[in-house]
Amino acid sequence: MDFFLLETVGSIANAGGAIGAGLAAMGAGIGVGQIGKGAVEAIARQPEALNDIRSNMILTAALVEGAALFAIIVGFLAMVL
Amino acid sequence: MTSRLMKSFTVAAFSIFSIFISLPSYAQGGHGENGGEKKEGFNAQKIIFGHILDGHEFHFFDIINKDGSHTPIGIPLPVILYSPQKGFDVFMSSKFHHGEHDHDGYRLLTEESVEKLKAEGVDVKKEGLHSGQIVPVGTDGKIDKAVSVYDFSLTRNVVQMILALTLLVWIMISIANKYKKGLGVKTAPTGMQNLMEPIIAFVRDEVAKPNLGNRWEKYLPYLLTVFFFILINNIFGLIPGTANVTGNIAFTVVLGLISLVVIVASSRKYYWGHIFNPPGMPIGIKLILVPVEILSFFIRPMALIIRLFANMVAGHIIIICLISLIFIFANLNEYAGWGTSIFSIAFTIFIYFIEILVAFIQAFIFSMLTAVFIGQAFEEPHHDDAHAAH
Repeated sequence: MDFFLLETVGSIANAGGAIGAGLAAMGAGIGVGQIGKGAVEAIARQPEALNDIRSNMILTAALVEGAALFAIIVGFLAMVL
Repeated sequence: MTSRLMKSFTVAAFSIFSIFISLPSYAQGGHGENGGEKKEGFNAQKIIFGHILDGHEFHFFDIINKDGSHTPIGIPLPVILYSPQKGFDVFMSSKFHHGEHDHDGYRLLTEESVEKLKAEGVDVKKEGLHSGQIVPVGTDGKIDKAVSVYDFSLTRNVVQMILALTLLVWIMISIANKYKKGLGVKTAPTGMQNLMEPIIAFVRDEVAKPNLGNRWEKYLPYLLTVFFFILINNIFGLIPGTANVTGNIAFTVVLGLISLVVIVASSRKYYWGHIFNPPGMPIGIKLILVPVEILSFFIRPMALIIRLFANMVAGHIIIICLISLIFIFANLNEYAGWGTSIFSIAFTIFIYFIEILVAFIQAFIFSMLTAVFIGQAFEEPHHDDAHAAH
């Protein structure tokens, strides 16, 4: 019985980590999509500002991605620990 | 017409593929009844952690002998141990024979020996024992708790970082000498200058100048050093068989702390005033804002650390997982393995190119954000728009 319980707890932790990573990826996907949308629209309006927009886009995308990676690390720890 | 042909072809291919997957379940059932020897399955987790974590050797591949035993092929690295009781001890990691033999009263823990310790009732987590660790052993073959040992070994992360650094310094000094002689200053750049000059100019124009105002020249050496150090370690980590240096939390923590020191060293009174006593705020808002500002002071370098670490680890894990998929499927059926390998390798190559891009982007992001934070640290109050902004 104890062994069975232990197995279940382990698999729940794995599921929790995986679901957390998936949710974080969803959030980051929406965020990066919004950034890309904004950047493409801005470039369409002002093609001459391409370089400024691109570097700002990469920077903002990295910030969003950083938040998602925090969540993925936490999810990973939930699985390993 | 073509699309219909394509559709029927896909259906046919998928059906054949499914047959091959469903067949072995019968075959294995029969095999089990005959009581054949248990084949050791493919352990993806072991492979992934073996690559991600640090180690005492460069491990390339295993040769499977006819009797089923594995012969690992790799480059052994020097082990340097210091123990207050036994003194210094220097030898090559090949003396351990991958954890099979003890040497000079030391033992290299492996996955198997940690499992064995668990079975013997040792609380592995509490005593902090993990595979890849070197522990002192007594004459009775058990871990000797009376002896403490400090591991200063040149692990593969250290060795690879030294190699990368040597290459970087060599390239940089050789092009610097060229510029000193006047080559490439007024004339067209030659040789390695062609490769490095656009990147240096990019860091200067896109990272330093927009964020650091008129003091960019003072900080450009630091930003360039960080940029190229991260870049060359990222790229070295992408060569198959090498270590995962930038995906090591210790490496990124040190880089983040150096950035924090530079930020603090270049800060002015206004920056600290902004944190501890935000100007023009009612007292109630200050009570909320000051803890948030203090937290964000620590979170900024932390975000730098985690971003670089997680990005590189995630990239390496994705590549190994895709390659592991081949062997996971090959465990089901040999033909499924061959079939998967086509998609898996194509996808791996795609991810590889993305990783090369990520290697550049992460180096750029790290130096860019450091520059932004330094710029904030020595910012002076603008009296004209200060009230509008806050």
